[in-house]
Amino acid sequence: MPATHFLPAFLAVLVCACSGNPWNSPYPAADAGKNILYAAFAERPKHLDPVQSYSSNEILFTAQIYEPPLQYHYLKRPYELIPASAAKMPEVHYFDEKGARLGDNVDAGQIAFTVYEISIKSGIRYQPHPAFARDPQGEFLYHRLGEEDVRGIYRLSDFPQTGSRELTAADYVFQVKRLAHPRLHSPIFGLMSDYIVGLKEYATTLEMAAKERSGERKEQGEQSSREQDGEDYLDLARYPLEGAEVVDRYTYRIKIRGKYPQFRYWLAMPFFAPIPWEAERFYSQKGLSEKNISLDWYPVGTGPYMLSENNPNRIMVLEKNPNFHGEAYPSEGMPGDAEGGLLEDAGKPLPFIEKVIYSRERESIPRWNKFLQGYYDASNIGSDSFDQAVQLTGQGEATVTEAMKEQGIRLETAVATSTNYVGFNMFDPVVGGVGKRGREAARKLRQAISIAVDYEEYVSIFANGRGIPAQSPIAPGIAGHREGKEGINPVVYEWVDGRPRRKPIGVARALLAEAGYPNGISARTGEPLVLYFDVTARGAEDKSSLDWMRKQFQKLNIQLVVRSTDYNRFQDKIRKGNAQIFEWGWNADYPDPENFLFLLHGPQQKVGNEGENASNYSNPEYNRLFEQMKNMENGPVRQKIIDRMIDILRHDAPWLWGYHPKDYGLYHSWYGNVKPNRLSNNNVKYLRIDGVLREQKRREWNEPIVWPAIAGLIALAGSLLPAALVYRRRERGTGISDAALKMEAQGRRVGDA
Amino acid sequence: MLNYIIRRILYAIPILVGVNLITFTLFFVVNTPDDMARMQLGIKRVTPEAIAKWKQERGYDQPLMFNNAAEGLEKVTRTIFFEKSVAMFAFRFGRADDGRDIAYEIRTRMLPSLAIALPVFVLGLIVYITFALTMVFFRATYVDFWGVVLCVALMSISSLFYIIGGQFLISKLWHLVPISGYGQGLDSAKFLVLPVIIGVISAAGANTRWYRTLFLEEMGKDYVRTARAKGLPESAVLFRHVLQNALIPILTGAVVIIPLLFLGSLIVESFFGIPGLGSYTIDAINSQDFAVVRVMVFLGSLLYIVGLILTDISYTLVDPRIRLE
Repeated sequence: MPATHFLPAFLAVLVCACSGNPWNSPYPAADAGKNILYAAFAERPKHLDPVQSYSSNEILFTAQIYEPPLQYHYLKRPYELIPASAAKMPEVHYFDEKGARLGDNVDAGQIAFTVYEISIKSGIRYQPHPAFARDPQGEFLYHRLGEEDVRGIYRLSDFPQTGSRELTAADYVFQVKRLAHPRLHSPIFGLMSDYIVGLKEYATTLEMAAKERSGERKEQGEQSSREQDGEDYLDLARYPLEGAEVVDRYTYRIKIRGKYPQFRYWLAMPFFAPIPWEAERFYSQKGLSEKNISLDWYPVGTGPYMLSENNPNRIMVLEKNPNFHGEAYPSEGMPGDAEGGLLEDAGKPLPFIEKVIYSRERESIPRWNKFLQGYYDASNIGSDSFDQAVQLTGQGEATVTEAMKEQGIRLETAVATSTNYVGFNMFDPVVGGVGKRGREAARKLRQAISIAVDYEEYVSIFANGRGIPAQSPIAPGIAGHREGKEGINPVVYEWVDGRPRRKPIGVARALLAEAGYPNGISARTGEPLVLYFDVTARGAEDKSSLDWMRKQFQKLNIQLVVRSTDYNRFQDKIRKGNAQIFEWGWNADYPDPENFLFLLHGPQQKVGNEGENASNYSNPEYNRLFEQMKNMENGPVRQKIIDRMIDILRHDAPWLWGYHPKDYGLYHSWYGNVKPNRLSNNNVKYLRIDGVLREQKRREWNEPIVWPAIAGLIALAGSLLPAALVYRRRERGTGISDAALKMEAQGRRVGDA
Repeated sequence: MLNYIIRRILYAIPILVGVNLITFTLFFVVNTPDDMARMQLGIKRVTPEAIAKWKQERGYDQPLMFNNAAEGLEKVTRTIFFEKSVAMFAFRFGRADDGRDIAYEIRTRMLPSLAIALPVFVLGLIVYITFALTMVFFRATYVDFWGVVLCVALMSISSLFYIIGGQFLISKLWHLVPISGYGQGLDSAKFLVLPVIIGVISAAGANTRWYRTLFLEEMGKDYVRTARAKGLPESAVLFRHVLQNALIPILTGAVVIIPLLFLGSLIVESFFGIPGLGSYTIDAINSQDFAVVRVMVFLGSLLYIVGLILTDISYTLVDPRIRLE
């Protein structure tokens, strides 16, 4: 087989040549000009089950397949939630401890429970799937598979029959229950069990039920190991959950403790997308999971696309779901969207693209080159290709280079809803401080460092300008973030000529002296101040950024020692509070300030609580304000509280606020309707591809050049020619050369004479 | 010979146990079961309960190598090392840490690895031997001199350079074959051309010089002088006599790697997007998937031992004087 792979290689190239497809095209000639989107992925997704999936490389697929009740408006900013599979936005009702209904504007402290009542659209159907296939008698075809039945099955497509059914409210409730499934390890179970009523207890119930089932099977002499039998279906319908109930065929309720307005954002994530019980029942059968036929591998959704090929080592293919209920392209957007052509498709039915082919591309160089050849429709920009792709105008605006412009490539930028920061461990005696005076000195030390570490320079050198120096933890575009003069961090910046300017290093030195380290020397011991920067092990390419960081501290005459370690040890240090200064980052789950400010909430401390507050910062006033702010709706009152919280943070400086990265994306001329953002992931349905233009460009850009190869072969043959002639002469020659014979003859004549 | 082979197979058992022990120790020096759980469960919002449950389900909640809490023999048997090793020696590879079947992955990824490794191996042997014989034939001429210079130059360049340079020149500049990717059936052929050419060229320097040395040593022997004295043409001397007699050292290097061809190449597969076992191993190392790393190291050592036994057997075939006892 492999030999046959290789031998017809040149034949295949010849076939390519005859088909008119560029020789270097990685795609079949039959796909030329089709309405297909070509993209790349670097890491194989671990989970495609929406109850487990939480990584950006997984949501790339799950967001197109699964349809939660809500979604983000594609064009509007700030981000706005709109219904997806829901018929309208959820009705939210508040109740007190006794179950009495409260008014909408009641104080959050009085609310014991919040009920979200969600109505879904009728007539939505699942993608075709064998789990729904029935025989003429109405019995499921593939719910009782024996060993013989699965013998010839290797992929889901090996099942000849498929079926579908209408989506019901029960499927959403089923998925909420799955959050507590003992086998599934949902990453948001811990968080949701604090809110969804009865979810924590439900997990215990399911665990006991699973143990009972396992015990029963043992008694019956069956093999108990899941690996061996695969039969681990737990019928969740038998176990009711107080916090999630079906009201009618198209309506369900989720009951949460207290008031948690951010819950509506979770309803826009695949964690709350519907799952049909038939799928769970089907995939739990013996013999299927051994062949990787599981919900984690083959999703079942109602979204615009379905996964038709899942080979995460090579290729993942999404195809249009023939049962998709339909949706229209948005008719409203932001100012400039119409001019940018983003509203040309307003009101047209989605999705536009027939098929999406994601190819596995581990290395950045081939990925970038294939983009330039037109084989990928879009690309991000690596630091090694940045200068080739992007240039800065006189006004400091980023634009594509002339070479890119010639190819019709355009640049789209968006500030990511994330933050990269350097944290101080507040439990550390030097940077966190001990005792009242110690803490005050440490605060001044942190403030001094905040001024000294020049993030404008960092972004310019190491991020190619792709970032905005942060003034607080809240990223731009999120409620609570302030722009302009009122948004600057007065500890680090001053407002000069209509823009923020980092304070002079003299201010930092003065603060350092006040902290007890005049000119970087401890006033108490006379020893130079040495601080430790904990980072994950890095390659040689990161040495310059670490050297840069040392230089920033050197401005204050502080010696910075870099403690590099592997990622596991680094995490361990953070968990145990053994780090002193460290690098960290956060990508927002949803566009709410609470999702950033909780990173500094005292009860979220890493040490002891295993929370997300890696610097272990805790300020009683901040904690109190956080509790007050988190349950509020956006508005002036909430903004005022956030402003106060940010003032506290800037004063205490538990982080060097770092920078908010900017996403730069390059798109070919045939790629339309692009409005990048990181929060809404179900964007493929809005995109448009001009397959004919792409094909024309590909052919234009990829004409094969054969002469160098032919010239090389001729040169090789030519270089061997003299050698071949020598060989020929030698083979035809006699044992003794003509010259020798002549000499011998001459010698004989002389002798004779 | 059968006795010899059985004895060699028995010798292999302690070697495999030793390799397994070293892999286990090295892996767990760097990673703890908690780290593995965190890697699989993600870094956001992971609770200690979820980690404990993950470890319990996969049997990583036991002590690594010695269980103080157990009684008698169970002190050794109720450990991660014992439980994971016993299943592996029975060729039950189990599941990767992400829940997927390892045996299934190995079966499906073996062919793409072989599709590159086998042509590289066969073509490589032909090219290196031909090149080496040519240099020997034209020894002490400009062909020999510049051939050696070329070999040294080829040896001095990093294999990564061949990959990036080859992709740049052949795919990006001349547009002759795809830069990377893999297809099904005949469609995969065009993806294999470039990695195979690069695979052959990147190892050409060292191998050709090695074969040249072997052939030159043979050329100085008496039987070559006798053959020439008989008036045989130089080509007959080289191909009929020298090549045959140089086969034993060639076999030593070649046969031993035949079984390892299944395991693929880590870098080539990664750069060319070949979904083989090499890239599977890289992925497993990156994601700290001990289950996969352990199996791949086990298979690697097992196949190496098989290769050594095959080499011994092949000696008897090419040299009747050798007996395996």
